[in-house]
Amino acid sequence: MTDMLSTTRQTAIERTKLVRAGLRRRHLNEAIFRGLGLAAIVLALGFVAILFVDIGRKGIPAFTQSNLHLTVNFDPAILDIEPAPVRADGQSDADFRAANLVWQRKVALLNWNKVIEASLRAAAPAGLEIDTRDLLTIAETDSRHVVRTLFVENPDLLGKTAEVDLLASANATNWIKGNIDRSLGDAQQQLSAPARALIDTLVDNGTISTGFAWSIFTNVDSRAAPASAGLLGAFVGTLYMMIIVIFLAVPIGVASAIYLEEFAPKSKLTDFIEVNINNLAAVPSIVFGLLGAAVFINYMHLPISAPIVGGLVLTLMTLPTIIIATRGALLGVSPALRQAALGMGASKTQMVFHHVLPVTFPSILTATILGVAHALGETAPLLLIGMKAFVAQVPATPFDQATALPVQIYLWQGNENRNFFEPRTAAAIMVLLAVMIMLNGAAIYLRSRLEKRA
Amino acid sequence: MNSLIIAGLLLVLLGLAYQSGWSRSRGLVTTNGVKVHSRPQYHGAFVSIWALVPALLIVGVWAWFGPGLTRSFIVSQIPTDTVLALDQVGLNATIARIMQLASSYGVAGEVLPFEQTAGDALRTFNFISFLAVICAAAVAGIAALLYARSQINARLRARNIVERVINLALLACSAVAILTTVGIVASLVTEAYKFFTFIPPQDFFFGTVWNPNNAATGGNYGSYGLLPLLSGTVMITGIAMLVAVPIGLMAAIYLSQYADRRLRAVAKPMIEILAGIPTIVFGFFALVTVGPFLRDAGRLVGLSINATSALTAGVVMGIMIIPFVSSLSDDILNQVPRTLRDGAYGLGATKSETIRNVLLPAALPGIVGAFLLAVSRAVGETMIVVLAAGNAPVLRGNPFEPVATITVSIVNQLTGDTDFTGPQSLVGFALGLTLFVITLCLNVFALFIVRRFREQYE
Repeated sequence: MTDMLSTTRQTAIERTKLVRAGLRRRHLNEAIFRGLGLAAIVLALGFVAILFVDIGRKGIPAFTQSNLHLTVNFDPAILDIEPAPVRADGQSDADFRAANLVWQRKVALLNWNKVIEASLRAAAPAGLEIDTRDLLTIAETDSRHVVRTLFVENPDLLGKTAEVDLLASANATNWIKGNIDRSLGDAQQQLSAPARALIDTLVDNGTISTGFAWSIFTNVDSRAAPASAGLLGAFVGTLYMMIIVIFLAVPIGVASAIYLEEFAPKSKLTDFIEVNINNLAAVPSIVFGLLGAAVFINYMHLPISAPIVGGLVLTLMTLPTIIIATRGALLGVSPALRQAALGMGASKTQMVFHHVLPVTFPSILTATILGVAHALGETAPLLLIGMKAFVAQVPATPFDQATALPVQIYLWQGNENRNFFEPRTAAAIMVLLAVMIMLNGAAIYLRSRLEKRA
Repeated sequence: MNSLIIAGLLLVLLGLAYQSGWSRSRGLVTTNGVKVHSRPQYHGAFVSIWALVPALLIVGVWAWFGPGLTRSFIVSQIPTDTVLALDQVGLNATIARIMQLASSYGVAGEVLPFEQTAGDALRTFNFISFLAVICAAAVAGIAALLYARSQINARLRARNIVERVINLALLACSAVAILTTVGIVASLVTEAYKFFTFIPPQDFFFGTVWNPNNAATGGNYGSYGLLPLLSGTVMITGIAMLVAVPIGLMAAIYLSQYADRRLRAVAKPMIEILAGIPTIVFGFFALVTVGPFLRDAGRLVGLSINATSALTAGVVMGIMIIPFVSSLSDDILNQVPRTLRDGAYGLGATKSETIRNVLLPAALPGIVGAFLLAVSRAVGETMIVVLAAGNAPVLRGNPFEPVATITVSIVNQLTGDTDFTGPQSLVGFALGLTLFVITLCLNVFALFIVRRFREQYE
């Protein structure tokens, strides 16, 4: 008996020893495992930080822009043009417009570059030897359009002078900001030596100044004049699409979620719809682009690269997200609320619309904002419905050609003038991210506010 | 302008109908003192539905057939010999001129006498037809309104009728999701079928050369082998998973098992920021930062890495799907019952031993499902690959070289091109169909696993 007891005690002691001996190793393993977990978190957060810092570092310089402040002389010796047509009595709208167009065409044929050249030479130190082509590389190529538009709007300027703010060219901006290595030889520089010298002089005498690049927000895209390229057109295109998404995806999504969660009889069909929606949520976005190209454009002949088509495609893409989120919210409503409503004699429809739906409002709102934010950043399906086209106008209606913010980013990153467009692409990304952060922030704020009240 | 007037009138009709149904219902209560089956707003809605449906039908019919009718009216106003003398383009131009004259905007140039008369006639026609449509819609709407109003009595089950209509509307909305799927499948299959009439399926699915002849005229369309694209897709997805799975899984484990509440509250949303960033931003990041960095790092250790390569795209895509893996795994780990964990602790296991030997095996099916969903996401990802993978559709196994994927080729073959006649653009749909089937299988399988896993612990 005692023998047996002592043997048991013996083995117990041995076992404890064994456990103790292994404990160091096990605790070490524990620490390593824990460290790995922490490392994974740090790594993931590090990626977030690197991404934001990198984009910010690249993009912030692009928000400043070199401006060229010139005194432009509308010299009649260069501008050989009759006064603008005046509307005669009894002339029809169309006839007056035609006459005006003829005059404008004549204005367009004048040599506006000469006007720019003269004003640049006036701003340069007296007696500077520089040839016309080199001189004109300093001002952005859209300068003549800016001056011409000014003249078309005020035809009395003929023979007078006006102070005009023009943009310095992309190459000049690169030179001023140091985006291009100043020590490179002439062959690798985009500007000639006299032009570079003149730019430095103009910066010194205040003709070229640096300011906030409002043109990014107020101009449309431009290929010929990179410095004047802006996001306005893309912004409006995106706005149209988001409006379409909100007005279509939210009512349809919420309605179908209500039907599936509250009314649908449990049948093979509703099971099928359910599986279907879960799959749609995981279908790659580019497939929705294929759907848009084949159905909306090729079959229904909606206009190509128009926000209406983009909006419809993004609506279909966002729908499953909104449906799933709304269903989750409906499912989370306490059964007590439902039973109380039914017990008071409400019909099922009344129960859903008067009692259940209002409670889920914060979740639906959040899901909607997040869904819209996701649609906002989507690029691939828009490329397939032709929104990659270069559009130099603000779209007036959702049926006009347009681009969207993410597509504009795609177009800019592919521009050949890398030195200039890389910062500008990063700036566009910052604008896009700012919009998305605002949307997400609004979602978080609204949810916390509304939930507190509920 | 006209559509605004019509919309306004419809709104007026709606308001009238609702008001009349509502007031009649109220009248029932006050005069008779009887119990009315439905509340007044249901009677209002009942009358509104009755009034609006015929009015909308008439307006809809006009919107559908109106333009054609107008056009044939204009043509009938142009002298016959003039019509016969004009070709299609000239006829359209004349019609456009007449429409401009009718809108009193006027046209440039001399106005022919027949154009003037046609324009005047069109103006009258437009005015009359517009009035006629409005009157017809109004009459139909008001007649229906009056009929519905006459139906209202204390026993009318207006609520049930309105609720049935609401139900139907809800059902129609949930049919949109089905229609979307049907649309996707139908458009992919029909266009892909057209593609296979040019290129036999075996040449597409088993071809090893991707070289579409984009400028083809005649019979030489080039070769459309899927395998180079498939290998690129698999390679990039593999690299992405190699990055995302360890980091995402470990992050999920740490956050759900070790982290205190404060760290969890901060770190979880921060990681999920990655999921909200548009993919084009990741693409740009890969192209201008990660690619050159990997190239320089490779040079340091004597590897020749291309700045745009499968590695660049894969690493950045891996970063993108970290939050996807981590939040799904987090959910799954939280679903494993507490009792399993407590049992392990009771036997003296350390935390990491519990996680490795109890928690992970129990959660394994769910986690595998999560990984499959992540794979499906990576396979369908487009913009990162378009920007950072270098677009070289060649069959090779070196991840340091440029590759191309299915999605990249869809974008390349279809961008801006809607003239789906040649295999050059139709191949986009065949690729899309392949992609759709691959992701569908992955999703169905993954959802099946995840669902089975949930049921296991419920």
